[in-house]
Amino acid sequence: MKIEFTLNNRTISTHILPGEYLIETLQKCNIHSIRRGCDTTNCGVCTVLLDDKPVPSCSVLSAQVDHHSITTVEGIAHETEKLSAHFGKEGADQCGYCNPALALAVFALRKENSHPTSTEIDEYLVGNLCRCSGFKNQNKAIAAYFEEEAYQEEQ
Amino acid sequence: MKVVNQEIPSIDGKSLMMGRQAYSNDFADTDSLIIKVLRSPHPFAKIEVIDISAAQELPGVVIVLTYVDFKRIPFTRAGQGYPEPSPHDKFVLDEYVRYIGDEVAIVAAVDEETAIRAVKLIKVEYKVLEPILDFETAYNNQQILHPEPEIHEMFPIGFDPKKNIAAQYHMEIGDVEATLNKCDVVVNETFYTQAQAHAMMEPHTCNARFDHLNRLVIYSSTQTPFHIRRIISQALEIPIARIRVIKPRVGGGFGGKQAVHGELIVASVTMRTGKPSKLVYTRKEVFESTYTRHPMRFDMRLGAMKDGTLKAIDCQVLSDTGAYGEHALTVFMVAGSKVLPLYNKVDSVRFGGKVVYTNHTPAGAFRGYGAIQGNFALESVIDVLCHKLQMDPIIFRQKNMIKEGESSAIFAIMGEGTEGTPMTMDTCKLEYCVQRGMDLIGWKTKYPRQVVSKDVVRGVGMAIAMQGSGIPLIDMGSAIIKLNDGGFYNLLVGATDIGQKSDTVLAQICAEELETTIDKIIVTSSDTDLTPFDTGAYASSTTYISGNAVLNAAKAMKSRLIEEAAIMLQTTIDKIVFNGNSFFDSQKKQKISLEDLSNRLYYNQNQKQVATTGSYVGHKSPPPFMAGFAEVEIDIKTGETSVINYVSVVDCGTTINPKLAQGQVEGGIVQGIGMALYENVIVTKNGKLVTNSLMSYKIPTRLEIKNLVTEFAESYEETGPFGAKSVAEIGIDTPPAAIMNAIYNAIGVRINSLPATPEKIWHAINERQNNQE
Repeated sequence: MKIEFTLNNRTISTHILPGEYLIETLQKCNIHSIRRGCDTTNCGVCTVLLDDKPVPSCSVLSAQVDHHSITTVEGIAHETEKLSAHFGKEGADQCGYCNPALALAVFALRKENSHPTSTEIDEYLVGNLCRCSGFKNQNKAIAAYFEEEAYQEEQ
Repeated sequence: MKVVNQEIPSIDGKSLMMGRQAYSNDFADTDSLIIKVLRSPHPFAKIEVIDISAAQELPGVVIVLTYVDFKRIPFTRAGQGYPEPSPHDKFVLDEYVRYIGDEVAIVAAVDEETAIRAVKLIKVEYKVLEPILDFETAYNNQQILHPEPEIHEMFPIGFDPKKNIAAQYHMEIGDVEATLNKCDVVVNETFYTQAQAHAMMEPHTCNARFDHLNRLVIYSSTQTPFHIRRIISQALEIPIARIRVIKPRVGGGFGGKQAVHGELIVASVTMRTGKPSKLVYTRKEVFESTYTRHPMRFDMRLGAMKDGTLKAIDCQVLSDTGAYGEHALTVFMVAGSKVLPLYNKVDSVRFGGKVVYTNHTPAGAFRGYGAIQGNFALESVIDVLCHKLQMDPIIFRQKNMIKEGESSAIFAIMGEGTEGTPMTMDTCKLEYCVQRGMDLIGWKTKYPRQVVSKDVVRGVGMAIAMQGSGIPLIDMGSAIIKLNDGGFYNLLVGATDIGQKSDTVLAQICAEELETTIDKIIVTSSDTDLTPFDTGAYASSTTYISGNAVLNAAKAMKSRLIEEAAIMLQTTIDKIVFNGNSFFDSQKKQKISLEDLSNRLYYNQNQKQVATTGSYVGHKSPPPFMAGFAEVEIDIKTGETSVINYVSVVDCGTTINPKLAQGQVEGGIVQGIGMALYENVIVTKNGKLVTNSLMSYKIPTRLEIKNLVTEFAESYEETGPFGAKSVAEIGIDTPPAAIMNAIYNAIGVRINSLPATPEKIWHAINERQNNQE
């Protein structure tokens, strides 16, 4: 079947196979930030924003996104760059495989709650697994990002 | 130091977060054949009939391969230097399958759906054989798992397949029995560790194609590109000069990507079809069909005098290598060689045992590499001894542990599969690590326990650990530095960045020596055509071994630049001063910038390419040390336990990048906490792995990890680059013992079998209460 959806502010019109998942469709669109980590929707590595909400693209059928909007880090490069600077500063990036998906989850959290506590950050991001880090440097980087964005908004 | 020991952001972190093309699967050709593997449903069976005709006839299927398509060449997937200390006991495909998940057939098709359908169309008749699923019954079992005549060891490792032994080893210093007889106090305990899974976020991935020179080019998520090239050549009889292996970014390895996994499969398919191909492991395949940590049983005996002097250690080990003997001997030996020297003042020490074959998923390299298993056993039984001696475990350790300037006879006797290398601890800040950790955790007020409420208690426990920095006289790293016009450098290294950020660390070492900034060092790593040799990312070797290679190349570059500047400035080299940007003669009358010098060298004057090479092989393996302190909170009604504080004080020499070093330590701590408390491995009585997904296999998330405090001791290892030792593995070693010791101190029961699940703790509490009543 043919679907039409918005991918990072550009309209995509494409044919999909029955049973095709969004992760496959996005990979065909040359989106490298969406990766497979598990097959059971547990790892969070394939997270995309579907109408601004984080979802695992490995379990969303491409047919479901017909006439919806999908965002990946490729579409919000400026925001991602800002977050990545904090990750760099805290040495929190490590293998990087889960980082684009984690960034999207952070942006989604910010839409819902621009002043989260560290517990709220942990609870919101619990579905984004990471095997490299001890999480603490990531959390410091994320907290610093929220702080800086809040400061910028106040100015 | 301006670049080294500075918190510099990694050179690739931003691009990786922004989703650039970076990992192996990002480089697969879009028209790659998709490969799927038919895997064994039986733990042990002989393939009697395999009918691939229906699969072959399915439109879209390009090739189906079974064991009849492969010449019987035994090899090991281990991914070690050559000759390997692992038995050559594996064939690409074999008529026997030895664990649930073992390879039966390979299918390549035009798309994934077709490949999956074709796999289901292969009809196999198995002769099901009685498996060995309890490793304690494997030795000398009448069922022999490897009867095939071609398999062999490369040099003596105690390989005895007729007794299901992949490797064995024994050593004794002094006379353990005689010493134990003279001791005031003797304790003995048995410990078990589980088949922990690496669970790196990127599944094993590789792809192949022919390039314009008709050479086979493989992108792989590997830790050992040079070993992979060699093993492909040996196992498939492809001339090594025809193979190029490229390791792009890797999404975590932890030892799980040291071995050959899919590379032989994509190479076989592309060689036979001429078409590009790719293989991406499913998560289930990563769990079931790559490899795990070696589960082990430790029978420990310690003897001490009443004053707390440790006199004898006896450590007898049984290790389960699963279906194939990858890393069988070396992981087993490290359980002794990187653990027992911690207590170097004993009169007698004995270490020995067997590594046996079973019908489990093979075991292999995993961060800690035996040391974590051995550390759990030794540092637990040390606390048992302290309890019997009624001695504070810290005072006992301070009295008996290894100290700076000291040595251990074990270093000379035990290496990795061979004899060891004698060495003195030129840097060992364990005393500081223990003292500082004690203060940070608040030992004096918290030891042994604090009652929070009727049902909740807290306890503290600790352990000390050591690891190594590469394998002496075996691990070799090398680097090439090339000066470019414009005055910047390319740094080409064989070293393998798998997410530990070694490219950044090596660039820092290079920039420090060349007195420049990290943006002037362009790193290319791990491409067997373009970069010089390196054994790979394992054995905590990259910072120390490859780092020294980079330092040697940078020193040579500096000398070469000064030579060229002297020619340009018409003076002699002894009169040249170089500050990283410009060259001056000693009177500072004349100067030339590096940019000018390089531009003249390439365009105008005295024209030539300036490039240098450096390599390094360790003559010792200076151990990093650490003290780990756990504070646990236990709900005695449910057995639920969490680590509320973990303090790590680490001596890894100079931290080349303190934030990245912290990331290495804390990442290790969290994996160690996982092994201690959460990562339960469940296998059915038929040998089927139940915990084969990230849903059923529980790795720690951000919610389980509470407070981590990580500090580094002031330390400078003279033989390391700018004083550095390794830091990759040391973090993982202490949590199992420190947490079990903390649990004991909190509730008076000791868990000797990992992981300490709430059920085990609850049962232990109840058993103790029943015994008391």
